[in-house]
Amino acid sequence: MSQSLSGATHETPAALGALEATLRAARDAGRKLLVPYVTGGLSSEWCDVVRAVAAAGADALEVGIPFSDPIMDGPTIQAASARALAEGATPARIVAELGDLDVGIPLAVMTYYNIVFRTGHRRFAHRLIEAGVSGAILPDLPLDEVGEWARAADDAGVETVMLAAPTTADDQLEPICRRAHGFVYGVGLLGVTGERDELAVSARRMAQRLKAVTDKPVLIGVGVSNPEQAREVCAEADGVVVGSALVRRLLDGGGPEEAASFVGELRAGIDG
Amino acid sequence: MAVPASFGATMGEPSPTGRFGEFGGRFVPESLIAACKELEGAFRSAWGDPGFRGEYARLLRDYAGRPTPVTECRRLSDRLGVRVLLKREDLTHTGSHKINNVVGQGLLARTMGKRRLVAETGAGQHGVATATAAALFGLECVIYMGTVDVRRQELNVFRMNLLGAEVRAVDSGSRTLKDAINEAMRDWVATVETTHYCLGSVMGPHPYPWMVRELQRVIGDEARSQCREVLDGADPDVVLACVGGGSNAAGTFAGFVDTRVDLVGVEAAGGAAIGRGVPGVVHGMRSQLLQDEDGQVVEAHSISAGLDYPGVGPEHAYLAEVGRARYVEAGDQEVLDALRLLSETEGIIPALEPAHALAYLIRAAGGEIPTGSTVLVTLSGRGDKDAAEVMELLR
Repeated sequence: MSQSLSGATHETPAALGALEATLRAARDAGRKLLVPYVTGGLSSEWCDVVRAVAAAGADALEVGIPFSDPIMDGPTIQAASARALAEGATPARIVAELGDLDVGIPLAVMTYYNIVFRTGHRRFAHRLIEAGVSGAILPDLPLDEVGEWARAADDAGVETVMLAAPTTADDQLEPICRRAHGFVYGVGLLGVTGERDELAVSARRMAQRLKAVTDKPVLIGVGVSNPEQAREVCAEADGVVVGSALVRRLLDGGGPEEAASFVGELRAGIDG
Repeated sequence: MAVPASFGATMGEPSPTGRFGEFGGRFVPESLIAACKELEGAFRSAWGDPGFRGEYARLLRDYAGRPTPVTECRRLSDRLGVRVLLKREDLTHTGSHKINNVVGQGLLARTMGKRRLVAETGAGQHGVATATAAALFGLECVIYMGTVDVRRQELNVFRMNLLGAEVRAVDSGSRTLKDAINEAMRDWVATVETTHYCLGSVMGPHPYPWMVRELQRVIGDEARSQCREVLDGADPDVVLACVGGGSNAAGTFAGFVDTRVDLVGVEAAGGAAIGRGVPGVVHGMRSQLLQDEDGQVVEAHSISAGLDYPGVGPEHAYLAEVGRARYVEAGDQEVLDALRLLSETEGIIPALEPAHALAYLIRAAGGEIPTGSTVLVTLSGRGDKDAAEVMELLR
């Protein structure tokens, strides 16, 4: 019987993981942070897409392990997940393929908790470490439920990125940030992943609230769709996560070049 | 007769983290955490408030038509050699037990100042019930329903529209209940400040499994005293209810859990999360789940849209684990036979969902359920909604 309340008692380990160390160093050198998202297993050339995106100015990369029931994702990532699963993507294969990549920037996987739960907390964490993956993002594993995974992740050296949302109570922001490793993922709006015509007012506000309580890198994702929006939110945030806008280009038939070109535009946008 | 391994210590309030044993919890995006906590607080205070309880009881009586009777089935009993009593949820307003839940949640939504209800539906019964409550309380209403279910429950779609609700067809995944829940949760993630998610079963994140069971326990509480009247102060030997998410079963079992009654939940063979699933986490809860070795959720397949669900409420997973209830299966063909038999012997056309409980009863009578036993079956809904589909299947 697991009655563990939360991972809030686990403090930041003495040594920073590669993801947080890299992002902190870049930020402290005055650079805005860009973390693109790619759905793992989306096509036979997805690893080439990852390489191209990494070389186009990303500071770290988020790779989605597709899940059958992605409740935090909008139509684009849903479609990408369904396509990857239809192509035969499995968690073990995606992580193994990441292990064969040497992209020179830290990697984090994004997936849903049942994939971890079914694999086994320790086994999943060790798989990531063996493949050279630094971090994990589990959007349906909030602070009060993260304890069991967090213990396994901390022990193995996996950095667990925590999410904060516009509806998160003020008194919860600090415990969330304390539990976060790698970076703090601020959800830019109330809603699921997907492109929006305009940056939500809540995105900048989210970044402000998080920056006020943590010195960990604060990245805003969900609803950050183009270079202009990325630059706008970077006025407050340390950086951005961009997923659906990139994945849509891949779903529309784009390959490594198109992906690299878009990431280059995002880079120029936040540097500009 | 199976002797319960433990009784009395179950079906109370879950742990502070919403656990029934190791099952339950609150595995939702951070965006929804504040809303789940708000709902938990609102329900806790409302459930302890005589004013709220009084208004809820009045609505169940004057609007939903409670109490529902317990009907003794003389001809079916003769046929099976066991004494069969039916708890008649089919006689409520809207034709199923779902009304008990939505009247309660509608009142709560009003208390919390939410102007809009969203809900998922499989068979359409919960969608119709939610649309009904929304009309009653003057709330906006959006119902998510898989495209497969929209097709097989056309009449219910029309009823929801008549009641002023918008029905949004969900064309992702298996296009059934599971995917309707995903889409309802996505809506709620985006609209949580103004919207209440009126979840239809004893599933989802805490406090839903607990709250919906409490809102449905009127079934079991009524049935217990009604049975004692009929049975000269005794309880039935066996209590049967169908289990998809498991709300009518949870409400029924809650009335008998502290007795020695043999509690039996009947799952659809193609959606038997307890019988064939393994522990997993989906839709905000840790429970038993049909999934593959990678953790991908497997599609359920049942003749009954209401039981076409690969998970189950976490409290049922717990009751199964501790042995206080047992869970069995019924297959599509025997369900159709059972529907026919009850119709012909008693003049009651059951919905396909409770026909699963009847199918098990017919198979087990004289065997697992010894001749001469007294059995209460919760007839969770009426068969009108299924008439068109059953007509096709029987042809």
